[in-house]
Amino acid sequence: MDALKLDLSHYRELLKQYIDTQDESALYEAEQISKRSIQHNISLEEIINTHINALEDIYPDLPENIQHSMSFLLEVMISYGLALQEFQDLREAQLEIKSEISVAARVQNTLLSTEKPDVEGFDIGVVSVPANQMNGDYHHFIHHEDGTVGITVADVIGKGIPAALCMSMIKYAMESFPSEHKNPSEILESLNRVVERNVDPSMFITMFYALFNPAASTISYSSAGHEPGFYYHAADDTFEEIRAKGVVLGVTDMAQYRQYEREIHAGDMIILLTDGVTECRQGDRFIESEEVLEVIKGFSHLSAQELVENVYKHFEKLQDFHLRDDFTLIIIKKDV
Amino acid sequence: MNLTVDVQEHTGKSIVLLAGEIDAYTAPKLKETLLSLTSKEGNKVEVNLEQVNYMDSTGLGVFVSGLKSTKENNSELKLVQLQDRVYRLFEITGLIDVIDVDKTVRGGY
Repeated sequence: MDALKLDLSHYRELLKQYIDTQDESALYEAEQISKRSIQHNISLEEIINTHINALEDIYPDLPENIQHSMSFLLEVMISYGLALQEFQDLREAQLEIKSEISVAARVQNTLLSTEKPDVEGFDIGVVSVPANQMNGDYHHFIHHEDGTVGITVADVIGKGIPAALCMSMIKYAMESFPSEHKNPSEILESLNRVVERNVDPSMFITMFYALFNPAASTISYSSAGHEPGFYYHAADDTFEEIRAKGVVLGVTDMAQYRQYEREIHAGDMIILLTDGVTECRQGDRFIESEEVLEVIKGFSHLSAQELVENVYKHFEKLQDFHLRDDFTLIIIKKDV
Repeated sequence: MNLTVDVQEHTGKSIVLLAGEIDAYTAPKLKETLLSLTSKEGNKVEVNLEQVNYMDSTGLGVFVSGLKSTKENNSELKLVQLQDRVYRLFEITGLIDVIDVDKTVRGGY
């Protein structure tokens, strides 16, 4: 890289001013020079050279031993100069990686994008926010021709880029399943084999898969070790945990998943989430799931989308706007 | 918050005493220790989690790697004395059915 030259005459004036007066303002200006030099990639050797030249201009009769000492200083500083250059190179490389990650995050958003279904008689709200640039949570809606909707909520254990890449694999595996193959238990069993064969041993995926049938007002579901969601019974104003037994995907190739089914009644809500919601922390204190439900209840008069957004805002604020984990919340409300 | 990993060696058996939090920051250290023990042919490894008050899913990943390693090395892995919050994590993820988890056992060595 072409190192820029320092303005010798300006430096000389300043140096002379300081030697004559020891004025603070000259020191302040010296600090500015050092900042500008870093910005413009002026090498350390260049600064010392400028200093020597300025000194020789001001004192044409500079004793020879002082001149020698300056050459000595120049030599001593060489390694520092190299280290600084290295630091600047690293900083540039880091900026490059950062911009690549943000491009990757955009690609991920496009690859994993999904459309919230518009279903008569139901109101659906979704919020999914990554803690870092790339989201390890995943949710997806599949619209089947018969009017049913497949709903996936998943969390890759292991965060960041590897997790995000893994999610893309899952999505494409699911799309490659034949369309008559849409039972939650079958889907999880097939996916489990895909993950078990293809993913690193310390990485695994929790997933809740539901087949929602709006016409019949039923939902059937299976869970692969996923954080349980909740069912809200409007009739007696209570929440019930949606428990479903099953081991996380990718741990054992023999895994079987039980399938459950329930009917959805008027005014009821189905709440699906990831552990980023239930593992919220306020300082050192964990938020209990009762508290999450209280918050949901507090906003339940709103539309499903406003409801999930308000719940998210509540917990974002509670955690000082710094998420520790990816946060995904889906709410399906049946119209009254 | 930190995690201390203390290993006591007995004949044919290693006991790992953990204290603190298992998360993305502390997990690599635990993984290294755990795998060095489970990779010993036929070794019985017992991990005591009584002093672990927080574990996130990264911790589960460590124990799953440990489990896979026991299968390759004919060793055994057992987790004992888990606090409720940590036990719940194993329960939800269905891992209690694949990993030997004993919530209640006290001492015994």
